[in-house]
Amino acid sequence: MIKKEIIAMLLAGGQGSRLGVLTSKMAKPAVSFGGKYRIIDFPLSSCINSGIDTVGVLTQYRPLKLNTHIGIGIPWDLDRNIGGVSILPPYEKMEHSEWYTGTANAIYQNMEYMESYHPSYVLILSGDHIYKMDYESMLRFHKQNKAGITIAVMPVPMEEAKRFGIMITDENKKIIDFEEKPEHPRSNLASMGIYIFDFKILKEALLAGKDVPGLDFGKHVIPYCKKNDISLYAYEFEGYWKDVGTLTSYWEANMELIDIVPEFNLYEEYWKIYTNNDIQPPQYFGKESDIERSIVGEGCEIYGKVYNSVIGRGVRIDKGTVVDHSIIMNGTVIGENCKIAKAIVDENATIGDNVVLGEGEEAENETRPDIYTDGLVTVGENSVIPRDVTIGKNVMINGRTESSDYPDGVLSSGRTLDKEGVE
Amino acid sequence: MRAVGLILAGGSSNRMKELSRKRAVCAMPVAGLYRSIDFALSAMTNSNIPTVAIFMQYNARSLQEHLSSSKWWNFGRKQGGMYLFTPMITSSSGMWYRGTADAIAQNLDFLRKCHEPYVIIASGDCVYKMDFHDVLNYHIEKQADITVVCKDLATEDPAERFGTIRMDAGGRIEEFEEKPVVAESHTVSCGIYVLRRRLLIELIETAQEEERHDFTRDILVRYRHVKKIYGFKTKEYWSNIASVEDYYKTNMDFLKPEVQQYFFRDYPPIYTKVTDQPPAKYNTGVLVQNSLVSSGCIINGTVEDSLIFKESYIGNGCYIKNSIILNDVHIGDGCTIENCIVESHGMIKAGSVYKGEGAPRIVIEESGRIDAA
Repeated sequence: MIKKEIIAMLLAGGQGSRLGVLTSKMAKPAVSFGGKYRIIDFPLSSCINSGIDTVGVLTQYRPLKLNTHIGIGIPWDLDRNIGGVSILPPYEKMEHSEWYTGTANAIYQNMEYMESYHPSYVLILSGDHIYKMDYESMLRFHKQNKAGITIAVMPVPMEEAKRFGIMITDENKKIIDFEEKPEHPRSNLASMGIYIFDFKILKEALLAGKDVPGLDFGKHVIPYCKKNDISLYAYEFEGYWKDVGTLTSYWEANMELIDIVPEFNLYEEYWKIYTNNDIQPPQYFGKESDIERSIVGEGCEIYGKVYNSVIGRGVRIDKGTVVDHSIIMNGTVIGENCKIAKAIVDENATIGDNVVLGEGEEAENETRPDIYTDGLVTVGENSVIPRDVTIGKNVMINGRTESSDYPDGVLSSGRTLDKEGVE
Repeated sequence: MRAVGLILAGGSSNRMKELSRKRAVCAMPVAGLYRSIDFALSAMTNSNIPTVAIFMQYNARSLQEHLSSSKWWNFGRKQGGMYLFTPMITSSSGMWYRGTADAIAQNLDFLRKCHEPYVIIASGDCVYKMDFHDVLNYHIEKQADITVVCKDLATEDPAERFGTIRMDAGGRIEEFEEKPVVAESHTVSCGIYVLRRRLLIELIETAQEEERHDFTRDILVRYRHVKKIYGFKTKEYWSNIASVEDYYKTNMDFLKPEVQQYFFRDYPPIYTKVTDQPPAKYNTGVLVQNSLVSSGCIINGTVEDSLIFKESYIGNGCYIKNSIILNDVHIGDGCTIENCIVESHGMIKAGSVYKGEGAPRIVIEESGRIDAA
């Protein structure tokens, strides 16, 4: 019989629509972060660093990038004879086939996967936060308190508490009540969406809710367990934890990494963040290059000037170009004499010579003012920007654009230029 | 490919001076991320050679640390694999490897058990890319007994520390001299040989009976007029790193765009052990020009015409020029380092000045940490 004390189920099927064009072709957990990483690397690395070697990754939205990235789990040491990483997409059944309709529904549909390992505990994770966490210590807490369910929580400023699911605990950290996005929060302990369940309790609750439409942990499963007097405990986490749900918070979290002593430390020898390292050569700096306050991934060629930026792997920045306060992701090529300010350029984009990004006064974005805001310019994956064009702020560009898309060589602030699918 | 690979990685080299104190030559870091044996291993795996044996002796642990898993070079397969041979005591022998031929002789059972008709022998201290299919096809076409890969050195490069070769118009080797006092030819052996497995076993058995232990001297040179030995000339990049000058020069070659393109970006890739370093970080007051910087570094000073290997820290106000900083070196504030090779895991005190005059200077500063290679 195969027996694992604890297995992890990582929810990686969500789109993360507030990241706009970054998630138009990949699920949010596959989006690049911190130069060389992808968001899912953080929970996956925490799993292996916490001694959890069996991880089911539940995918649904645009899984190609995620599947390619994870492969058989070699970068995270999750290529195992027994256990390891398994990609779990929704599948067709004899009767009543459906997509994953909610977080808990997705887990319910993979009951057989979980049962095959006979786990005592199941760790539920989501693939869209940046953090390092020792799940082993959370499990110890769970066992010590003989909890049925332990929920990881994080103290947040009281005024922000109304944006989260809030847990109200007694002095022993036992959860006595909880409320979803309360108007007048009674506590500042926000749920991080990380749960440890006794497997028996999880199974029972999922079976009970199997016909609930959109079965969700926060909305259905946890309230159901509370009602049935399962003991719920809150495990307080005090490290760095960042939800990178919006473009602005995504940009800010990346920018924090270039501080002299960043709050989130990637340089810990014994808690490494692993990722799929397909490019490894050193980065080369040309004779007229300049760089300050930036982090740069492997295999980059920098001939221009880079300030206050996060540069992914295999990026080329040509002579005379200045990149400032920007995120340039893997494989992007930027031509000569460009001026790039406060931009997020997704993977494998090509920007021609003499292009200016982020110039002029801000204006509200014409299609999604809620997403493309704070003066950011966002360029989608594999996009092409022709030479000699000037582009404003709060702009989104996606697809192969040509000079004719830029009358007088200008795309003013607030514009959306989406040529995805146009050949 | 119907060949088994042998990599000769046993020797030390006094030409490496202090750099070989704690590691085998084949474990020397190259170009910011590789170890020199990666080039032979990658050439083998990229030529679809599934079985590779590595013979090691001098400071073998440094190499074994690097070769702790075969999966980075794609050798962890059901057919084939990566075999590490160090000297061992058996019922018939308790000897160290007395030479390259002896290393093979002591593991002759391995070769007898293989089924591949050919053997590719390569040394582990050279920087190159090669498709061994080309060499094998040449070997078969020439109906050679042994084929030796060779290269014309640039006229200014001394050939005296290599095996020098003179060939006739058809490519057959007429003269082969190992480390001549005065080199008459500028064509040198690259240390890569192709021959039939059965012939190798025969030659090794004979050498063993005659108490001869060196593959080059006692087989290639000795049999140069008896066996049909052909030279396969390569025009691609090839460099041996087994002296401080050549090691320095080879690394500096990687500052050239064409060399970077060839090794870093062109197909096929050179594989190496993955170390999962975070991106390199640059703080304020930094100037980096014409240099290679590996991941995991934190740079606060000026770096010109240099290579900074993984995980190094360069303090504020430092000036690094024409130097090679090996892995995990900590350089305190205000240091000046010119024309130096700084040994890995070193701790350079703030304000230190090191300058190499003429030849690159080797800087070894013990850090008190556990001495890894």
